[in-house]
Amino acid sequence: MSFESVIGLEVHVQLKTSSKIFSGSSIAFGAEPNTQANAVDIALPGVLPVMNREAVTMAVRFGLAVNGLINQRSIFARKNYFYPDLPKGYQISQYEIPVVGPGYLDIEVEGKSKRIGITRAHLEEDAGKSLHEDFHGMTGIDLNRAGTPLLEVVSDPDMRTATEAVVYLRKLHTLVRYLGICDGNMQEGSFRCDANISVRRRGEDKLGTRAEIKNINSFRFVDKAIQFEIARQIEIIEDGGTVVQETRLYDPTKDETRSMRSKEEAHDYRYFPDPDLPPLVITESFIEDVRRTLPELAHAKRERFIREYSLNSSDAEALVGDLDIANYFEAIMQSTAATAKAAANWITGDISARINREGINFENIPVTPLAVGQLLDRIQDGTISGKIAKDVFQAMWDSGDTADNIIDARGLRQISDSGALEEMVDEVLSNSAAQVQQYREGETKVIGYLVGQIMKLSQGKANPRQVNEILKRKLDD
Amino acid sequence: MSISNQDVHHIARLARLGISDEEVEIYADNLSRILDLVAQMNDVDTDGIEPMAHPSDVSLRLRDDTVSETDHRDEFMGIAPASENGLYLVPKVIE
Repeated sequence: MSFESVIGLEVHVQLKTSSKIFSGSSIAFGAEPNTQANAVDIALPGVLPVMNREAVTMAVRFGLAVNGLINQRSIFARKNYFYPDLPKGYQISQYEIPVVGPGYLDIEVEGKSKRIGITRAHLEEDAGKSLHEDFHGMTGIDLNRAGTPLLEVVSDPDMRTATEAVVYLRKLHTLVRYLGICDGNMQEGSFRCDANISVRRRGEDKLGTRAEIKNINSFRFVDKAIQFEIARQIEIIEDGGTVVQETRLYDPTKDETRSMRSKEEAHDYRYFPDPDLPPLVITESFIEDVRRTLPELAHAKRERFIREYSLNSSDAEALVGDLDIANYFEAIMQSTAATAKAAANWITGDISARINREGINFENIPVTPLAVGQLLDRIQDGTISGKIAKDVFQAMWDSGDTADNIIDARGLRQISDSGALEEMVDEVLSNSAAQVQQYREGETKVIGYLVGQIMKLSQGKANPRQVNEILKRKLDD
Repeated sequence: MSISNQDVHHIARLARLGISDEEVEIYADNLSRILDLVAQMNDVDTDGIEPMAHPSDVSLRLRDDTVSETDHRDEFMGIAPASENGLYLVPKVIE
């Protein structure tokens, strides 16, 4: 029996404003508990919400970037439920008319383009945090996060595989970072994903019963959670059972999803328009002002990198996926005479490897683009070999010193003096009679071994191009 | 009666209200009469009239994105029933 899975994602994008959506409290991460929770955020009686203009601007920016409809009149609604991290007893959200209507994102999977519909994107406030450690049998509440602006982006159920879902999610992540509306930090919860998943027999039109998987906080977990859930649902159906509509939680340590709330406790949110907030009116001129300030997006940047730096498309693609990487690349290019290809190789190679090993982002890299530019120049002008440069880079990272200082202090300058090189070649040749014999009998690939010996003798500092020339001349004599 | 006793129990549970069996009867009657009034209003012909989400014809005022609030945690915590280590404490919530 062949099955098809149907996946839709709901992504909570935390907007990068300074203050909360309906109050003047800061939303900076990591503050002492409840020090950023004012009278509005903790819902003291008599307070009123006042909408943050920047949150509206960011929502419109997003809407335009996904070719979405901007509703010029949208409504805030109360979503009613009781939970202590939501002190008002309701969350202010949008229900019937969201700020952004239908739009789409095009993704590429296995070389094929696919359009993923975006049903809507609406503005809402985040809730606080409950801490379930034991406070004498009570629960601790931190309301710093309460009122943080969120844009909830709801996709159509257009994805059919976990891979498609991850590609869509990455594209969305790249987009909100480019738009400057979200820092994209999944660990800190700035970009949170819920997945709606159902399966059906291939050829059927009717959707199966779906399960919603909450708060999956990394791309890898999204992939694994969806794969697990698809397999779980197929197994239930093949065993003759029925899938229950429910909310499930992904547990990364066990790599499984499990039920969070039973059906009996299913929420009845009783949405209604919030009488505290009249309709949000967005004028044509407001939209045009936002449109004029839209930044260059990933696709356009990729095309420009190909055109301006003569990069091939896969190198350009690798650079534009993360805005910090793209900016780092461009900053290097402004400070070096090396080729774009060399800079791209370094970024995707040694620099990324070290970044990953340290578990940090390009945003926090300790080696400046200017310093990398100088390092590339030293390879370009023959001061050091590419191989030595790898060690110099690690030393730059560890010490914070410049390439030039490290090269001088460690005596790493490439030996390009032909007299010195000839001596080394002669020494190696006199110790390698057997290999010389082999070479002269036609086994020319033995030259690799000889070059290796000379590089070793020079501690990697011999200019490889010159060594090759001298060696060939002497052997072919 | 458009609202049954069972509906009242459900609504009371959603609103976290504890009500007695006698009160259920009273609420069922009162709420039903409110809905009857709504039903009466539903009979009015509203074809071609744009629905309003708010009684007055005003639009949302927007404020600049600046941090204008300072920390008043100590005052707020002073009037909370229970707190510890900067956290408000509430009866245990089990996920």
